[in-house]
Amino acid sequence: MSVKPAARLRRKDLVGIDPLSPDEIQLILDTADQMRDIAARPIKKVPALRGKTVVNLFMEASTRTRFSFEVAEKRLSADSLSFSAAASSVSKGETLVDTALNLEAMQPDFIVIRHFHAGAPHQLARILKSSVINAGDGAHEHPTQALLDALTMRLHRGTLEGQVVAIVGDLQHSRVVRSNVLLLSRMGATVRVAAPPSLIPLEMEKLGCEVHRRIEDAIAGADVVMMLRIQLERQGRMNFPTVREYYDFFALTPERLKLAKRDCLVMHPGPMNRGVEIDSRVADGPQSVILEQVTNGVAVRMAVLYLLAGGHGEPTAD
Amino acid sequence: MSRLLIKHGRVVDPTQRMDEGLWVLIVDGKVARIAERIEDRDAEVLDATGLVVAPGFVDVHTHLREPGFEYKETVATGSAAAAAGGFTAICCMPNTQPVNDNAAVTEFIRGRAAAAGLARVYPIGAVSKGLQGEELAEMGEMARAGAVAFSDDGKPVHNAYLMRRALEYAQLFGVPVVDHCEEPSLAAKGVMHEGAVATRLGLRGIPAAAEEVMVARDVVLAQLTGGRLHVAHLSTQGGLDRVREGKAKGVAVTCEVTPHHLALTDQAVADSEYDTDTKMNPPLRSADHVAALLQGVQDGVVDCLATDHAPHHADEKVLEFDLAPFGIVGLETAVPVTYDLLVRRHKLPLRLFIALWSSNPARAFGLPGGSLKVGSPADITLLDLDARLTVNPDRFLSLSRNTPFAGQRLKGWPAATIVGGKAVWRRERR
Repeated sequence: MSVKPAARLRRKDLVGIDPLSPDEIQLILDTADQMRDIAARPIKKVPALRGKTVVNLFMEASTRTRFSFEVAEKRLSADSLSFSAAASSVSKGETLVDTALNLEAMQPDFIVIRHFHAGAPHQLARILKSSVINAGDGAHEHPTQALLDALTMRLHRGTLEGQVVAIVGDLQHSRVVRSNVLLLSRMGATVRVAAPPSLIPLEMEKLGCEVHRRIEDAIAGADVVMMLRIQLERQGRMNFPTVREYYDFFALTPERLKLAKRDCLVMHPGPMNRGVEIDSRVADGPQSVILEQVTNGVAVRMAVLYLLAGGHGEPTAD
Repeated sequence: MSRLLIKHGRVVDPTQRMDEGLWVLIVDGKVARIAERIEDRDAEVLDATGLVVAPGFVDVHTHLREPGFEYKETVATGSAAAAAGGFTAICCMPNTQPVNDNAAVTEFIRGRAAAAGLARVYPIGAVSKGLQGEELAEMGEMARAGAVAFSDDGKPVHNAYLMRRALEYAQLFGVPVVDHCEEPSLAAKGVMHEGAVATRLGLRGIPAAAEEVMVARDVVLAQLTGGRLHVAHLSTQGGLDRVREGKAKGVAVTCEVTPHHLALTDQAVADSEYDTDTKMNPPLRSADHVAALLQGVQDGVVDCLATDHAPHHADEKVLEFDLAPFGIVGLETAVPVTYDLLVRRHKLPLRLFIALWSSNPARAFGLPGGSLKVGSPADITLLDLDARLTVNPDRFLSLSRNTPFAGQRLKGWPAATIVGGKAVWRRERR
């Protein structure tokens, strides 16, 4: 698939999947495809964002996503700096808006933000001139995760259209599921979600998915099964009884995986709780593409940065 | 003897089933005469051509923040905002610092209000000491000092035993107990209405059931005790149904609905992209609840409108949605928001609209005013139903600007506010 030369992403920010059209999603995935090639070269770097500055503002702990953005920024030759909440003025009582305005005064081109509270990237996007990229906001969205998931599926299946994707786990607290449901349903896939009823947010079906209460119903005949982390740190003690019982009723085990298509992909956004939501035999098994997801994350983030900077066509031609 | 003659107005008084072109003569702060034409050469004249002359509007639910939070609002600025919003009288909730849970604070607030000399200010005392929900505050002392009702507003009276005793004890003074009905364990740490919009936005929801459960409990306790219950800022269909059932059984229950719960839905949180001026408690509800509230206004189950005026400083509202405080200001937008919505768009009779803002709240709280009958205090709201203006928070007299209605063009605004026969506010003609 090649990018039409005129195709550009005409927006300042990427705050979520929700505002994106199918064409825009397609453009990002196609561009990410090309970015994958760069990582296969002996010199994994292009000058596309030379002279651009990226601030990675991580107000909530993250290893994978932050490193992924940093690698993407370096491969595009951007100057990047990262800081986490503990090291910043936040601990001195500065508001998010003041922190962001101070950073913007140093004239960065991008602010990549991960935040504990839903909507924080939107609030910044409204007031900042820099491009704001949402790297995960509370239980709201994680757009680059959904894009890398879609890229991974597309690489294996050729298309997203008509694919049956089951997403199982803590739907209440997951930003990954929201972004994935919005993206996949918009691209013509069928999305089924499943969780104990106590972890299903109200009116979830309105996001564009089928809602199930048994993992078996969701994964039967599926092309893709995506397991979500049980966010132990976010659970009260009343959402489900024990981790042991959760495994019993909701974990992806080799036996349950047999209900899906024979070549069903197994995905997980990480970090995994082995033996809680996913059995190691499945996580490390032949159908697992969990580490490929991580690889594709770099390509997707390169694509997003490149396109938001106004890039179009071949990123390597500069 | 001070005399004021209001000429050429359209007098609408629900307590006298009156709606006609009449002149009103005020002598020494009281309504002295209403007639087609009144000759009085000594009286000061107020020309009310094109205006509606109504009993003074009463807002039974405001937060004036003084003592303790004078950077958000004071009794003086709050009563100025009230006058500029067409209100001749307001009740103020006790969640100040210190809490209004004793006669000294009640007297302090009344003193500040008297000094300001604008709208009448009626303090509401705390049900429990320090709003802690553990032991009854000195309700009798406060009632003697001028408290007109009791409430732990901001919080529900969570302990059912305490609520029972409050409903019983308040009967000594013939005043209502006002409850902020919300079961805290169900509301959990919610920040908006639980439903499709909260699910999409990834914000923690406050279920409608949190309100309904506690309204149901309170109606049962009001029935048990014979006490007077007033449900603050009712926002759900289920809560309204429980009030309706209580009334049908003869329980002494009244309720209020705010302008924002009628005019906005939870979609406003999404449309504004997490603007914290759409965050209040109870939260903006979904369209089905709003439709039920409108029905309740039309069929009379809703006794009155009230603003829940909750000023907050811009520095507090600039935070992340989860972290910003609940509440919006309402005094200076309530009349146009509700007139435009209820009378203009939903064809509510003007007389009922005026009753919802004047005679009904006055009756629910046992306040003087709310009527233009001869001998009543001359508290009068003049309305310009043709005025079409844009909400501009920069012109608010309130110290705070936290409103979701900024920029809205609305029809039907207050034109002047008369308290005790004295014009305390008039809209400048532009």
